[in-house]
Amino acid sequence: MATLEQPDPARRKFLDLFLAGSGLAALAGLAYPILRFFTPPHQEEAVVSSVNLGPVKDFPLNSGKIFRFGNKPGIIIRSSDGKFRAFSATCTHLDCIVQYDGKAGDIWCACHGGRYDINGQNISGPPPRPLDAFSVNILPESEEILVTLSTGDKA
Amino acid sequence: MIDKLYNWMDKRYKIEQLLYFSKEKSVPIHHGTMWYYFGGITLFLFGVQVITGLFLLFYYRPGPDASFESVKFIITQVKFGWLLRGIHSWSANLMVLAALIHMFSVFFHRSYRGPRELTWVTGVAMLFLLMAFGFSGYLLPWNELAFFATKVGTDSARQVPLIGDFLLKLMRGGSDVTGATLSRFFGLHVSVLPPVFTMLLGLHLFFVQVQGMSEPLGSENQPGKKRTMPFLPDFLLRDLLIWLVVLDILILLAVFFPWELGVKADPFTPAPAGIKPEWYFLFVFQSLKMLPPHIGPFEGEVLGVLAMGLGATVLVLLPFLDRASSEGRRTRLLDVIGVFGLAYFAVFTVLGYLID
Repeated sequence: MATLEQPDPARRKFLDLFLAGSGLAALAGLAYPILRFFTPPHQEEAVVSSVNLGPVKDFPLNSGKIFRFGNKPGIIIRSSDGKFRAFSATCTHLDCIVQYDGKAGDIWCACHGGRYDINGQNISGPPPRPLDAFSVNILPESEEILVTLSTGDKA
Repeated sequence: MIDKLYNWMDKRYKIEQLLYFSKEKSVPIHHGTMWYYFGGITLFLFGVQVITGLFLLFYYRPGPDASFESVKFIITQVKFGWLLRGIHSWSANLMVLAALIHMFSVFFHRSYRGPRELTWVTGVAMLFLLMAFGFSGYLLPWNELAFFATKVGTDSARQVPLIGDFLLKLMRGGSDVTGATLSRFFGLHVSVLPPVFTMLLGLHLFFVQVQGMSEPLGSENQPGKKRTMPFLPDFLLRDLLIWLVVLDILILLAVFFPWELGVKADPFTPAPAGIKPEWYFLFVFQSLKMLPPHIGPFEGEVLGVLAMGLGATVLVLLPFLDRASSEGRRTRLLDVIGVFGLAYFAVFTVLGYLID
């Protein structure tokens, strides 16, 4: 008659470790594809380096307008002296879209009350950085406004 | 007939034992008994959310070209659609309120103390899930307010050191708030959060059944007979009466203060003046507004987000940090912190509401 042998403690410990390790490896093997699945794939965006905003006469003095720069919002401002300036319209605080405040003559973000001066410098409220600036050119023949990335800016 | 059915069931499923358990269940009577009702109110409102949510699902369509239009259809064309949507929105708000009252009452009574640590942990986890429910549900009508609230809320996650960018993309389904974000929030709101919440709720209620209701600190050692009332039917009937009152309040609110739909989201318009989040995020909103851009070498909102993360962690671990209460001692400092926390929440909520 066969008797039950006492299990070898070393062998049992090895098996416990082996099983626990395999279990963990299996979990990691599951977790990785799940994590990757939920990470959105990188999509190539059309690289935009300039955008034509139309004739100068469409922009009244002391006003601002949001325009599309690729898939990001930009803001173009025509100050009272007729000068054009363009910036990224994304507030550097928490990603809201800024607007031109004609009364104060500066740029304002309604979300948390951040303010930038007419040159895009953060002057009050929570924004930590100035707005990214674009360069504005007026095409000589057609009198149209062309906004381009300033040199040194990333696309 | 009913007896026959009962016997038939009992033979197979031994329901006698279950009924015996519920007959034995009792609720302590003391100066704080009224606070016991707020957990029940939260539970009731969760039921309302599930049912009205299911109704809304029959007409709601997610997508930047469909969401706003389908909610508009629900509240203007579908019979009683405005009522169901109104109840769903109001109930969500009342549920957060009831959960907060429940939490603060448990906090000040030290009811989280051992052996009920895990009841507290599951409760706080459910409170966080409620906020995730609120945040994700808020975006679903795809209106202007929701669009910017989502931009700000998800951008706050970007402030988390090291994994911030990853978190942002994970939440938005890309680098901007788009239809991809809407899909994610919709999936989260209707198919991920509900089962997770239900499981936690099951655990939470299971713990309460096993351990019974907590009694005020120090009352264990008091001489004399404790006053209790049976759960069935005394407490349950009181519960039901309160639920009826809550339902009435809910319907009055939905009828007389219909939930607005607002303006459709447009990713190329400035944030509207006077934009504000839901009331239970107002204190965060006001804090973010008042934080200076830089504190020492750090950006203000990075510190703000870290402080909130720290606060949340302390809240979850509270029963393990406050060992004194498990030994029957009351730490005064904790009351001070609790009152301060409540006052901060109240003052910053009011400020957020008043200041433009």
